[in-house]
Amino acid sequence: MTAAVQAIAMFTVGLFALLVVVNRDPARQVVAMGMFGTSLAILFLVLQAPDVALSQIVVALAYPLMVLLTLSKVKERRR
Amino acid sequence: MNVRARAALFAIAGASTFVLLVWGLAGLPKFGHYGGPYGAVLNRVELRERHATSVVASVVFDYRGFDTAGEEFILFVAVMAVAMVLRVQREEKEAGSHARLGARALGDTSDAVRVAGILLIGPAVLLGLYVVAHGHATPGGGFQGGLVLSSAPLILYLVGRYLSFRRLNPVSLLDFGEGVGIGGFVVIGLIGLVAGIAFLDNVLPLGRPGSVFSAGTLPVINLSVGLGVAAGIVLILFEFLEQTLMIRRR
Repeated sequence: MTAAVQAIAMFTVGLFALLVVVNRDPARQVVAMGMFGTSLAILFLVLQAPDVALSQIVVALAYPLMVLLTLSKVKERRR
Repeated sequence: MNVRARAALFAIAGASTFVLLVWGLAGLPKFGHYGGPYGAVLNRVELRERHATSVVASVVFDYRGFDTAGEEFILFVAVMAVAMVLRVQREEKEAGSHARLGARALGDTSDAVRVAGILLIGPAVLLGLYVVAHGHATPGGGFQGGLVLSSAPLILYLVGRYLSFRRLNPVSLLDFGEGVGIGGFVVIGLIGLVAGIAFLDNVLPLGRPGSVFSAGTLPVINLSVGLGVAAGIVLILFEFLEQTLMIRRR
């Protein structure tokens, strides 16, 4: 039972990581990155590491935000 | 070097790397099989020695506390690097505090986002303080609680005007808080030296395991690290937001 949950979580992480890499547009990659971060936090929780899961949740929140801000600044510069 | 030669070189290097990878992966212990002695030893002695019910916290701040002090300085240097790279340069100027920032800063935030955000700010602060204060008893600790605490100003930026977010986060206060938080770790360690024992050794009374005031200096270190990390992350976000919304070319 535990092994099944762990396998599903790992498979989901791999799927979302593939999704991030396959997208070429950075704005879409940011959305995929948010999903990937959440699934990674769930994987850490399933593997019995709640400290790491807590950190991962907040970092997966802050990092796409920074990417989006950089993107908007770069687009404005180019205009 | 033409394409064929490059392809041949890659084939050789790729094949050898693949062989090494498979050999290494085949030699790994089984998934979930813990072979090392330290985990078992820690499980036996930790509660008696430190009265902290979270073994992870006691490893991070006591048994391997010196490494954690170095890691906190990594965060400090990262914040400093971001502030230096995103500073106002000679050919840029900062828009005044009464500037018209346009639709991007004021935002067409929907009312649903606003209500959800306002409802979430209080619980975020409370949860962050709880995780920091109970770092030695339950999963979490200074770093994780500081991160959760830093999400509260972020929600404030999401639901409100950027200018009010800016007024609420004076940079000098954040700088002071971050320095006090991260330097406090070293100061608590030095108290151990002053008291005649090792650096970062325990000087406060160990209480009843599981209560908030237990595990000696661990809650104090957690509080200081939580403050430092929260202030540092808010500073990083603040620098990014300043650079995007307020700084313009001359």
